[in-house]
Amino acid sequence: MGLMKSLGKYLLLLASLFRNRERFSVYVKLVIDEAVLIGIDSIFIVVIVSSFIGAVTAVQTAYNLVSPLVPVYIIGTIVRDMTILELAPTIISVVLAGKVGSNIAGGLGTMRITEQIDALEVMGINSASYLILPKIVASVITFPLLVIIAGFLSIYGGYLAGVFTGALTEKEYIYGIRNEFQPFNVTFAMIKALVFAFLISSISSYQGYYTRGGALEVGQSSTQAVTNSCIAVLCADYLLAQLLI
Amino acid sequence: MIEVRNLNKRFGEKVVLNEVSGVFHQGKTNLIIGASGTGKSVLLKSMVGLIPPDSGLVAYDGRDFTNGSLETKQEIRREIGMLFQGSALFDSKNVEENVMFPLDMMTRMSREEKLERVNFCLKRVGLENVNRLMPSEISGGMQKRVGIARAIALNSRYLFCDEPNSGLDPQTAILIDSLIREITEEYNITTVVVTHDMNSVLEIGDHIMFMYKGEKVWEGSNKDILDTDVKSLQDFIFASKLIRDFKQNSF
Repeated sequence: MGLMKSLGKYLLLLASLFRNRERFSVYVKLVIDEAVLIGIDSIFIVVIVSSFIGAVTAVQTAYNLVSPLVPVYIIGTIVRDMTILELAPTIISVVLAGKVGSNIAGGLGTMRITEQIDALEVMGINSASYLILPKIVASVITFPLLVIIAGFLSIYGGYLAGVFTGALTEKEYIYGIRNEFQPFNVTFAMIKALVFAFLISSISSYQGYYTRGGALEVGQSSTQAVTNSCIAVLCADYLLAQLLI
Repeated sequence: MIEVRNLNKRFGEKVVLNEVSGVFHQGKTNLIIGASGTGKSVLLKSMVGLIPPDSGLVAYDGRDFTNGSLETKQEIRREIGMLFQGSALFDSKNVEENVMFPLDMMTRMSREEKLERVNFCLKRVGLENVNRLMPSEISGGMQKRVGIARAIALNSRYLFCDEPNSGLDPQTAILIDSLIREITEEYNITTVVVTHDMNSVLEIGDHIMFMYKGEKVWEGSNKDILDTDVKSLQDFIFASKLIRDFKQNSF
């Protein structure tokens, strides 16, 4: 019952984003500001995480390739497919759910308890639309870009780890990542990035926007935002895999 | 003039407002007073549309705000300025951007015109050379003044203040009270202040509404409040020994 009520409230919040909107120019500036906060400020963590997961994937694949019948270039192929299909879009989204999601929920929760959202409402501004819509749009724009960066760096991390540990040569790795390449996998990764961006930004906004109480509840909202976003991302990951592959 | 008629609000089983009616006059500082938990803030928030009442109506100069169309509500909201208990300044914006915010959102003024208006409003509340400071860099009293500057930036016709003195030292509290009164008289606006500060009641209470357990039980001015024979109001006013002594000495 509680879940259905929350789901209904979440859907009503999403519907309210498009009612009584402000001028288009207002949103342009807000989306740019949010894109900087959500996108640019997340590059560092994306670079670190993606480089290491690519490197670790290469090393562990090499470690498990004990049969002489399996060609070593397959390390490159595995790193590529794991990166594009799962590591870049899903793992990076889970990491971003922690960073971006808690930031969104904490920011909105603080605005709620300090009456800043009430101040917007009194002025006749649709606070949900003004505060949440730019965050969702900025996330939907920046997440795919971050996933592209993550994909590139993960494959490059795999290359560095594979070549420098002597698991395979540069030529073998390049051959491996070109081997039987399916362009649709990239489209699939982009679709996942878009869906995850929407889920993380909207769920975190919902948690923050409806915060009640004080500083303690803001912390709880942030935690709840991260937990719910991660669960939503993983459920959507499974559903998309079932539907699109 | 703001009219409140038969306003009711309950949260679950708890009745917070019970058939509250009253008129808040233009050019006067109208106070809603009462002990904590008597429904003052809920009444104020119902008046500005932050909490929808269960029944009753709020009318601004004859315009029905409670049941009016979205356009009417938007029109009225643009004439409302509000000072919140904690100032509610946008902490990601500096002082200038905070005061300019309603102008950015509601007008098509040029940047120069807006800046001129912002500086005028800041000067009016006694603040200068603070434009670039962030809300966290100024004192609580200054934050309240910035809040008032933001509330009057659009030439508001109605000013609402929710406990404007909370958390301020007595001297700054009197300054804020005086500022609210001056602005009310100077711009001939309808001001509604929620407070439980007796200094404010005696200083600026042109018209006072006393709330007790969600009901309006007394209405009058600061001139006759000390002579009340309403028990709950007497308990509220004379809770302080200082005011009891003041009353005894004045008669």
